[in-house]
Amino acid sequence: MQSITCECGHSNPYGTSLCQACGKPLQQDVEVLSSMRYEGSARRSQTYKQTFVDRVWNFFSSVKVGVWLIVIILVAAAIGTIFPQETFIPPNVDPAAHYESEYGTLGLIYYLLGFHNLYGSWWFILLLGMLGLSIIIASLDRGIPLYKALKTQRVTRHDQFMKKQRLFSKSHDVELEEIKYTLESLRYKVREENGNLFAEKGRFSRWGAYVNHVGLIIFLTGAMLRFFPGMYVDDILWVREGEKASIPGTASDEGQYYLENNKFILEMYDKQEKKFNSALSSVGGEVAKNYQSNVTLYKTKENHTAGADPELVKVKDGEIRVNEPFKFDSFALYQTDFKLNEFYKMSFELEEKATGKKFGKLTVDLHDPETEYDLGNGYKVKIEEYFPNFILNEHKQPSTVNNLPDNPAFVFSMYSPKVPQGEKAFVGIQKNIDSGDNQFKMSFAGIETKNLTALTVRKDHTLWIIALGGIIFMIGVTQGLYWNYRRIWIKQNHGEVWAAAHTNKNWYGLKKDVEFLSNKTNLTPLEEKESDSK
Amino acid sequence: MKKNRLWFRSALLAILVVAIGYTIYNSMNEESGTYISKGDSAPNFVLTDLDGKRVELEDYRGKGVFLNFWGTWCKPCEREMPYMQRQYEKYKDQGVEILAVNVSETNVSVQNFADRYRLSFPIPMDKEREVTKAYGIGPIPTTILVDKNGKVVDRTSESLSEKKIISFMEKIKP
Repeated sequence: MQSITCECGHSNPYGTSLCQACGKPLQQDVEVLSSMRYEGSARRSQTYKQTFVDRVWNFFSSVKVGVWLIVIILVAAAIGTIFPQETFIPPNVDPAAHYESEYGTLGLIYYLLGFHNLYGSWWFILLLGMLGLSIIIASLDRGIPLYKALKTQRVTRHDQFMKKQRLFSKSHDVELEEIKYTLESLRYKVREENGNLFAEKGRFSRWGAYVNHVGLIIFLTGAMLRFFPGMYVDDILWVREGEKASIPGTASDEGQYYLENNKFILEMYDKQEKKFNSALSSVGGEVAKNYQSNVTLYKTKENHTAGADPELVKVKDGEIRVNEPFKFDSFALYQTDFKLNEFYKMSFELEEKATGKKFGKLTVDLHDPETEYDLGNGYKVKIEEYFPNFILNEHKQPSTVNNLPDNPAFVFSMYSPKVPQGEKAFVGIQKNIDSGDNQFKMSFAGIETKNLTALTVRKDHTLWIIALGGIIFMIGVTQGLYWNYRRIWIKQNHGEVWAAAHTNKNWYGLKKDVEFLSNKTNLTPLEEKESDSK
Repeated sequence: MKKNRLWFRSALLAILVVAIGYTIYNSMNEESGTYISKGDSAPNFVLTDLDGKRVELEDYRGKGVFLNFWGTWCKPCEREMPYMQRQYEKYKDQGVEILAVNVSETNVSVQNFADRYRLSFPIPMDKEREVTKAYGIGPIPTTILVDKNGKVVDRTSESLSEKKIISFMEKIKP
């Protein structure tokens, strides 16, 4: 593991292929030109004693491994788009059953492997983590030796290094000062040593790749922090008009926030108005102009117990429109969805079938029905069963899909002085079924509805980190793509003047530079080699 | 020099492994923005049960609490109810209580359901979903095991077999 001392006197780390100082090939079979990518530095310490840590390190140091990780992540992300993600399936359904019933066996496999919640599945996070690891290690393993090599490079380079460069020429009788002046006019930084010249330009572009990797790491860190408690909240809140609901994710020792929905407003463009008339008729219908919730924010006293009647203190009023969130503390509420005319209360009248005579009216709150409604004078109605969202299940039994009153149905028992033992009837929307010999029936007497608003509750302490990562990434990309590192070496060699040039990209630009140089001076035009001959 | 490198590499790998591990751990517990998981203390709550009695979690300190969130319309919830009832009768005298929090349904529906399965454990009615939100309940059924000190021992959203319920009861028996 000893270091290698070059004939120029510079001591290089073990594994180096081109001397950091003079560029002499240190091993046989070294291709100078292809080694130039990392300046022939010992970038991968594969040759070090392989402890377990070193082996893990070397695995992640490989660019091949990094590329494979990216490919696997891309394929997984692509598969994740085949069926909808869990966020987009109807709420209140069992995801396992839903994916199987909707998409068959493939759907079940999809669910079991965690593709239904891809960004939250452990193996996807693990893959991203491994990619992060690969980016960090690969960058350290290449960036640091490259930095050292570029920093220690000397003006005078080894003959072999010069000869093997892609652009090379030999000349006689050249005025060095003239070359120096010309290169400086091309804005090269020129150094001189024993009558030799070294001109370089745009060295910082070599750091572009490392800068953009730093950006990626910051980006991934931000994404990772979303899983840490208190950093990120993304929830949905449904509130009925005139009601208050606790805002999820906002509970703390200082209390819990509540939101009241005062009014939900849906405005359409006016068809009568001349300005919109033709546009509206071309889309053939109504076009929404505004979705808005007028809300009031409340906060409970300190140490509020969940479920207890909240003692609310008003904080502020607000209006929420699409793209105009309502903000408090570090939270923002966004208008996301709505539901118009949800059934709220249903009214019925107890009616004698034969005469059509009515014996009182009852109003059922669909969210909190009474079990018994006394209509006076011996008339009484009991609710035996209530199905908020009625459906006949697979056993042909009445049941409910969920707890939302979208299709309410009841089994009523009707008591009257005439039929004191009671009569039963099944009543739903446009359904009124009884045994046939009932004397009374429940007749529909009206419905009240309410509008609901749906708001996204968002808290995101990671956004600035992600934005910062993105900006740094773009700076790195720009740095590496729009600039390139051009170098020109001039060496006095036994009466001859050798010239060689190298760039990491944009050879066209470099060639124009050396062409300009040979036109202005006596320098023999640099010739391009077909390939890196051994 | 070589030793330094090993230290540096080990430290960097260790930091990254811990960070990734913690992220995955959090992602597995997460249901929504707020969540209560293993090791947390179970947030106190106050609700009225089906019989009109006040139920407060803190009153059960010293007992194990099998905290179940459910709905009458949810098939897996319905499946585990008879098992819960049977085990409740066995473990009630051993200091384990079942609180079956109903998520935002009406007394009529829940009463019918409770009668049908002859449920005798308290059914706190979370009409406004306050407790459901505080516990970050996503899919139901979700069962949270609270030990005698009010700490959450386990949390699951599977439909439970009777065997599983017995093992849960044993876990939180004081």
